[in-house]
Amino acid sequence: MTLISMKGLRKDFTVRVKAGRLRREKRTVSAVDGIDLSIEQGEMVGYIGPNGAGKSTTLKMLTGVLTPSAGEVSVCGLRPVPQRTRLALRIGVVFGQRSQLWWDLPLRDSFSLLRHIYRVPPQEHAARLKRCRSLLDLDDFLDTPVRQLSLGQRMRGELTAALLHGPSVLFLDEPTIGLDVVSKQAVRSFLAELGAGGDLTLVLTTHDLADIERLCRRLVVIDHGRVVHDGTIEALHDRYGSRRRLVVDLDAPLPPGFVVPGAELLSTEADGHRAVFELTSSSAGAVVGALPALRDLSLVEPDIEDVVARLYRTV
Amino acid sequence: MDGLDARVPEISPGRPFREWVTTFGALSWSGFRRFATYRQATIAGSFTNIVFGFLRCYVLLAVAAGATDAKPGGYDAEQLATYVWVGQGLLTVVALWGWTELADRIRSGDVTADLLRPVHPVIGYLAPDLGRAAHAMIFRFLPPLAVGAIFFDLYAPERWFTVPLLAVSILLAVIGSLGLRFLVNATAYWLHDARGPITLWTLSAGILAGLYFPLRFLPDWLAVTFWVATPFPGLLQTPADVLVERDPPLMQAGLVALQAVWAVVLLALAAYVQRRAEKRLVAQGG
Repeated sequence: MTLISMKGLRKDFTVRVKAGRLRREKRTVSAVDGIDLSIEQGEMVGYIGPNGAGKSTTLKMLTGVLTPSAGEVSVCGLRPVPQRTRLALRIGVVFGQRSQLWWDLPLRDSFSLLRHIYRVPPQEHAARLKRCRSLLDLDDFLDTPVRQLSLGQRMRGELTAALLHGPSVLFLDEPTIGLDVVSKQAVRSFLAELGAGGDLTLVLTTHDLADIERLCRRLVVIDHGRVVHDGTIEALHDRYGSRRRLVVDLDAPLPPGFVVPGAELLSTEADGHRAVFELTSSSAGAVVGALPALRDLSLVEPDIEDVVARLYRTV
Repeated sequence: MDGLDARVPEISPGRPFREWVTTFGALSWSGFRRFATYRQATIAGSFTNIVFGFLRCYVLLAVAAGATDAKPGGYDAEQLATYVWVGQGLLTVVALWGWTELADRIRSGDVTADLLRPVHPVIGYLAPDLGRAAHAMIFRFLPPLAVGAIFFDLYAPERWFTVPLLAVSILLAVIGSLGLRFLVNATAYWLHDARGPITLWTLSAGILAGLYFPLRFLPDWLAVTFWVATPFPGLLQTPADVLVERDPPLMQAGLVALQAVWAVVLLALAAYVQRRAEKRLVAQGG
């Protein structure tokens, strides 16, 4: 079942630019420039792109905060802007740089307030809260006012707040921004656990590609408001020809002009005692077998960050 | 995730009104709780209101003593003293000054979070504001009134319905004030910075609401114009006049009815402006 669909979605902003001593010129900037995308129920989609690519703008149109300039958008069968308050009951949203909690109230009070706002039956609310409390370790700071929470604690609170009404779709805009390693891992494993059920649809924007590798089968890359890649991470590696690398340490220097079929010599170091190969077609074993006097080796998986950086630079 | 996938009924069948009231009540309680956390600020604020209450009271009593018939604007000395102390208390209840929450949230872009809730933004601000006002009634309205009663002779209402009518009048004053504050703050959607309109509001509200002097001191034609053409007298002047029984019963009730009309108009206007703003909204700050 298609839960989210966008057809020719656009968002233009008007900016005024200084064009003389007093004159200012109006200029139209397309933050989102015609996006077609559809997301099925239960999919976990990573939505990435450089700063200013239009990720947050897309998310804001999907959640009904921003009115699209053109195109069609539907989420859970609803039109986000005209049916925003109805849609709000079906979706959960976390904007990493904003808070939906009540600044002056303890976390516990924010949660019980949300129960009334979303009109969730008490048993359901209690069951979900219990689950989140144990998975996200909320108990230590449940009675602390939100303004006194650390960023990591607050983010765990935000995630809980977004889930207490049992949404069908979860939109996360940079949920791990500014978090330390431990908090990041806690958030990721929590989301992975959520996704494992297969019911929840997740759309996640991030700059931390480890989030995507851990959580999302599908990766949508946008730049300048357009989709430049839509597929799996492997498909992205294939497309940009990223390959595994084999780093070998040798007892004797590599003979000059050494060639192995299916691998390409990238560089040598330490007077030929260390060599880096990129595997084009053959297995690592075939290369290792062909090497004389091998002492040590390591195999380096292609780095998603390198591929994405290449992608950002080329588009 | 087990137990996390249940859907929320969109409109609860059977008792939608009761559910709505529960939601409204919970939001109001959150407003009360928020202000209850700042106890020192409450005490400091009350103290300031009381100090200025003495100043204003002595000035108005001097005016009364100097007037030819000792009843300037139709108030006697007791009524004037009551007028001052009720005004000092109501000042915070109707939040005449210093409410910039919506403008701040628009400016920072945090208003996004308000739009993501299944509650209309005007209701989302009105309900907590009533909670805030309830907190102010207890901790900001009663202390100045009590101090006033200790140091001055205050007017005791003679009609049985004056106190219930005052309660309605104060409720309508808070609603009307929220509507006005919402509108003034909402200019930030267009201007990005609502400090100008807020300053204008602060300057004009004090005069037009009758905080500095009773509007009845003005010539009749001017006072009536303010009353009918602007919502401001409904914020302070009307509740105070209701309490001191300045007018005959029918007029007393009529002024409250006028407040009700303004409250409805202002809320409708706030909802309209919000709808217009959402169409052109730019969420600030990424």
